[in-house]
Amino acid sequence: MTRIAAGFRILWAALREIFDEAAYGRFLERMRLSSSPAAYAAFCRERESSSARRPRCC
Amino acid sequence: MLSTHMNKALLLLIWSAVAALGAVAVAVVAIHRSEPINALWLVTAATCSYALGYRFYARFIAAKILAVDALRATPAERLENGRDFLITNKWVVFGHHFAAIAGPGPLVGPVLAAQFGYLPGTIWILAGAVFAGCVQDFVILLFSVRRDGKSLTEMAKEETGIVGGAVAYAAVIAILIILLAVVALVVVNALKDSPWGTFTIAMTIPIALLMGIYLRRIRPGKVLEVSALGFVLVLLAIWGGQWASQNVAMAHVFTLRATTLAVSIMIYAFAASAVPVWLLLAPRDYLSTFVKLGTIGLLGIGIVAIHPTLHMPSLTRFADGTGPVFAGKIFPFAFITIACGAISGFHSLISSGTTPKLIARETEAQMVGYGAMAAESAVAIMAVIAACVLQPGVYFAINSPAGIVGQTAAAATTTISNWGFPVSAAEMQALASAVGEQTLFNRTGGAPAFALGMARIFSQSLGGSSMMALWYHFAVMFEALFILTILDAGTRVARFMIQDALGHIYKPLGRTSWYPSILTTSALIVAAWGFFLWQGVKDPLGGINSLWPLFGIANQLLATVALCVATTIIIKMHRAKYAAVTLLPLMWLVAVTFTACWHKILDANPRVGFLAQARVLAAGVPTPATARLILNNRLDAAVTAVLVLMVALVLIESARQWIAILSGRREARVKEVPFVMTRLAEERI
Repeated sequence: MTRIAAGFRILWAALREIFDEAAYGRFLERMRLSSSPAAYAAFCRERESSSARRPRCC
Repeated sequence: MLSTHMNKALLLLIWSAVAALGAVAVAVVAIHRSEPINALWLVTAATCSYALGYRFYARFIAAKILAVDALRATPAERLENGRDFLITNKWVVFGHHFAAIAGPGPLVGPVLAAQFGYLPGTIWILAGAVFAGCVQDFVILLFSVRRDGKSLTEMAKEETGIVGGAVAYAAVIAILIILLAVVALVVVNALKDSPWGTFTIAMTIPIALLMGIYLRRIRPGKVLEVSALGFVLVLLAIWGGQWASQNVAMAHVFTLRATTLAVSIMIYAFAASAVPVWLLLAPRDYLSTFVKLGTIGLLGIGIVAIHPTLHMPSLTRFADGTGPVFAGKIFPFAFITIACGAISGFHSLISSGTTPKLIARETEAQMVGYGAMAAESAVAIMAVIAACVLQPGVYFAINSPAGIVGQTAAAATTTISNWGFPVSAAEMQALASAVGEQTLFNRTGGAPAFALGMARIFSQSLGGSSMMALWYHFAVMFEALFILTILDAGTRVARFMIQDALGHIYKPLGRTSWYPSILTTSALIVAAWGFFLWQGVKDPLGGINSLWPLFGIANQLLATVALCVATTIIIKMHRAKYAAVTLLPLMWLVAVTFTACWHKILDANPRVGFLAQARVLAAGVPTPATARLILNNRLDAAVTAVLVLMVALVLIESARQWIAILSGRREARVKEVPFVMTRLAEERI
C-alpha cells in the first residue's frame, strides 16, 4: 500500500513538473509571493526567457 | 553466502529466460512469411530487447566507458538556483525528458516505412534504439552533465573545434525549418477536405485562448486543472465536429483545400510566435502534452488488450524502391524515414538542454537517457502495429498520392489491386463513411493511416464499430494537436536562435521583447518553412516523397554530429578501445545518410533524385507550375548537398583529432568541470 502511495506521489510530482505547476510553486517560494494574477504573469515572463527556448523533438 | 549464490542463480535464470523469449519473438517476427502474425510478437520482441539492452549494454557503457560516478556532484546540485538547475526526482526527470522527446516523428515515420512491410521498420527500430539511439541520448546526457549542462553546439565547438560548433548550429536551424514544413504538411494532408477534423482543430484555438485567460486571471498556475478542463472541451469539439460535418453550411465553411489550410497554418504559426506566450502557446502546449501522454498510454494498453493481427506482409514488393508512399530502396531509405523511433539527432538537443540540469546523480543518466529513448522506441513499435493492422490495400489507398495510383477511385483501386493488395472502391467508401470522411484516398503523410489503425484498435475495446468515427477523429485531433504544438513552439525556438545570431550584427535585433525584431524574425522563419510546405502541397507526388527524406537526412546528420562529439570525448577519456560503442552507430549513420544524400541528389530515377526530376520537368510539356517545380527540386538538391558537405567537414575534423590523439601528437584533454564530491552522498551516509 505504501509503495502504491509512493508511486502515485511520484506520478503526481512528475505531472506537476511536466506541467510547470511545481516550477510556479518554487517561483512563489523564491520570490516570497502568494499566488495571484500578477505573480503568475511574472512567472510567465521569467519562464519565457528560458523554457520557451526549450526545443521539442520531432 | 548461499543466499547470494542463489540470488545470482535466480537472476541468471530470469535473464536467460528473457533472452530466450526475446530471441524466439524476434525469430518469429523475422522468419514468419506465409500468414499474418499477432502484434504481441512485436510487443514481446521489443520488451525483451529493451530490457536486455538496458540491463546489460547500458550498464556496460556506464561502467566501462563513462565511469559513471555516484559521488560526483551534478550541475543540478552545484549550481542549484531553483529555476534551470534543480535537483529532481529521477522519475520526474524521466517524465520530463520523455515528454520532450516524444513528438509525432515516431508515429509518422514507421507508418510511412510500413510500405516495405512490418519487418524492416521493426528490426531497425529495435536494433537502432538499443545500439544507437539510446546510446546517443545516454552518452550525450552524461557528457552534458559533466560540462555544467552545456548544449550540443557548445560541446561540439569545445571538443571538435569551431567547425563542429558552426555545423551543429546550422544543422539545428536547417532541421527545424524542414521539420516544421514536413509536420505542417502532415497536418494539411490529414485535414484537407475533412470538415470534421478541421472544425475540431480550429476549436482548439479558442479553447487554448480560454485556458490562457483562465490560467492568467481566474486560477493562476493551476495548469493540471485547466488542462483537464481543456481536455473535456476538446472532447466536446470532437463530438461537435460530427455535427459540423453533417450541417451543410458548417461543412461548407470547414471543408478546406490543401492550399487554404497551408496558408491558415502559416498565419497561425506566425501569430503563435509573435503573441505573448501565455495567451496561446503555453496553454496549447499543456493541452497537447496532456493528450499526448494519455493517448500513448491508452494505445499501449489497447494493443496489449486487443493483441490485433498484422495484415501487412513482413516484406512487400516495394523493397525494390518502387514504393508509392515514397520512392527508394530499403537501404538507405527505411533508415532515414524512421528516425525518432530508432535514433534521432534532435534528441541530443534535449539531452543537452534542460534534462542535464535536473539530474541529481550521474547514475540516474542511464535511466533517463537510455530508458526514455527505449520508451520512445516502444511508441514507434505501436505505430508500426497501428499501420500494419490495416489491410495492405487500404493502407496503400490511403498513403499513395494520386499522381502514382490515379486520380479516380476506380483507377486507384485497380492499380493497388494489381500490385497484389486487393482493395475495392466500395470498401474504401464504406470505410470513409464509417469514420465520417468524404474520402480516404490519397491522404498521404502517415497521419490518417495511423489514425485509422488507432481507431480500429480503440473501437475494438471501447464502443465497437459505431465508435469508429469518434475514435478516428480523436486520433486525428491527437496527431494534429501535438504537431501544431511542435509548429508553434518550433517557430518560436527558431525565432530565438535567429535573434541570438542577428544580435551579433545589430544589437536590438537580439532583444527578444523588441517587436520589430519579433515580427521580422518570426516572418523569416515562417517564410522559410512555409516555402517548403507550399512546395509539398503543390507537389504532384504528394510532397512527403521529397520532404520526409529531406527531414530524415537532416535529422540523422545531426545525430552524426552528436556521435562525432561523443566519440571524440570517449577517445579523449582514454577509452579508445571502447570507442566502437559510438563509432559503429556513427559509421552506420554516415553510410545511410551519405548514400541517401547521393540518391536524393544524383539518382537517375526522377521519383528519387531531385535533379533527375528537374530534368524530366524541363524536358516535358511546360505548364505554369513547371518553372517553380524545377526550382524547388534544384533547391532541395542544393540544401541536401550543403547539409552533407557540412557534416563531412565535422567528420574530417573529428577524424583528424582522433588520429592526432591516438598517435600522441595531441594531448587528450577533456573539458569536464573538476570533480566535486556530492553532499547527497554524505547525507545518505
